[in-house]
Amino acid sequence: MTGNQVLLQLNYWLIIMIMMMGFYVVLAHSNMIKKLIGLGIFQTSVYFLYVVPGKIIGGTAPIIASGYQVYSNPLPHVLILTAIVVGVATLALGLALVTRINEAYGTIEENDLYRPDEWRQ
Amino acid sequence: MVLQRSLVAVAILGSVYSFLAATVLMVLDAVDVAMTEAAVGAGLSTVLILATLYLTKPFESKSRRSVILPLVITIIVGGVIAWGTIGFPSFGDPMAPIQQHISPYYLANSLRETKVPNVVTAVLASYRGYDTLGETTVIFTAGIGVLMLLSRRRFKPINNKSE
Amino acid sequence: MKQNSIIRIVVKLLMPFIILFALYVQFHGDLGPGGGFQAGVIMAGAVVIYSLVFGLATAEALISLPVVRSLIPIGVLIYAGVGLFSLIKGRNYLDYSALHAEAATGQHIGIFVVELGVFITVFASMTAIFYAFAEQQKQNEEDSK
Repeated sequence: MTGNQVLLQLNYWLIIMIMMMGFYVVLAHSNMIKKLIGLGIFQTSVYFLYVVPGKIIGGTAPIIASGYQVYSNPLPHVLILTAIVVGVATLALGLALVTRINEAYGTIEENDLYRPDEWRQ
Repeated sequence: MVLQRSLVAVAILGSVYSFLAATVLMVLDAVDVAMTEAAVGAGLSTVLILATLYLTKPFESKSRRSVILPLVITIIVGGVIAWGTIGFPSFGDPMAPIQQHISPYYLANSLRETKVPNVVTAVLASYRGYDTLGETTVIFTAGIGVLMLLSRRRFKPINNKSE
Repeated sequence: MKQNSIIRIVVKLLMPFIILFALYVQFHGDLGPGGGFQAGVIMAGAVVIYSLVFGLATAEALISLPVVRSLIPIGVLIYAGVGLFSLIKGRNYLDYSALHAEAATGQHIGIFVVELGVFITVFASMTAIFYAFAEQQKQNEEDSK
């Protein structure tokens, strides 16, 4: 595997770095809203991971018009369109749940939820 | 954005990040996706997060967990996925397997079969119409779910700590 | 306050353009980028910005909560109804070529109606979610008085 080949995969490694940053936020922070935002970062990097292999250098957007021969691949765009809207639906439901948890327990930190007896004193 | 503790700043930075992502998606020729990401990520997501922050606390308290284990897990998982992408075809290759099977059929035949020049809309609404029906149902479910969660009278907290 | 009046005037001027742009994106989804989802979210954004600047009561006088709530299932029903119509005509479910004598025109009509259904559901759902969050805050304020 030559160095040149490794360098060509650099864009995928960038995407994986962003994905891991989002993953780290979900794992390490205990504030629920921050976890949801980290999940959003993770989802955005997954959109890139799907769209990047579909691009053809020298192609154009997949809208058929006279004068253009090469188009980028429309299939990932369709899948990601669905994924974006489902992502915002999940975010809305998650935020509604966080509001309810806050009303019921008075906190949105996951740490405080695990030890209710200590917290009550 | 990972290390910030004022959550309002995190929400605004998230909106900026969505705009940048939409720009990058434009460069990658994904115009429909860029428009949806800009509208949804930079607009609606930020408004909902800010509304939730207004209803709860806008600051994150200091974390009492250790950060070693998540860091190790993250690095290991990232390494495994990066090792998996070594075999990917190079960027922009027109002979990659993803361009071979069904996409040339869509690009060649969608104008003739559906009279719609935008291939993404044609595939979304006609060739893959079932998936879009499922997606519309998901949005419907999310709307109903939020309405059920948030529109009753506020009930008392479980241990009567705050009046 | 001076800043308040600048924002109010700008938003009042921008509102028709935002709604027009949302409808443009919806109906030109065939010819350029766009379609039901983008248009629904942009129109919901118009309602959100109007309600942020002029207050929730003014926005609810414009599009009231029962109207929005009843619009949510109508989009899904339009989508499923098109499929059922094709089934009644003797073809497969969601086979749009049953809608017209020519198959290609039938597909075009089917795509148009389906995108309309998606637009209605997305707009109503996003607006209803925003209203739910805003009502919650109003209820919190009333409870603490």
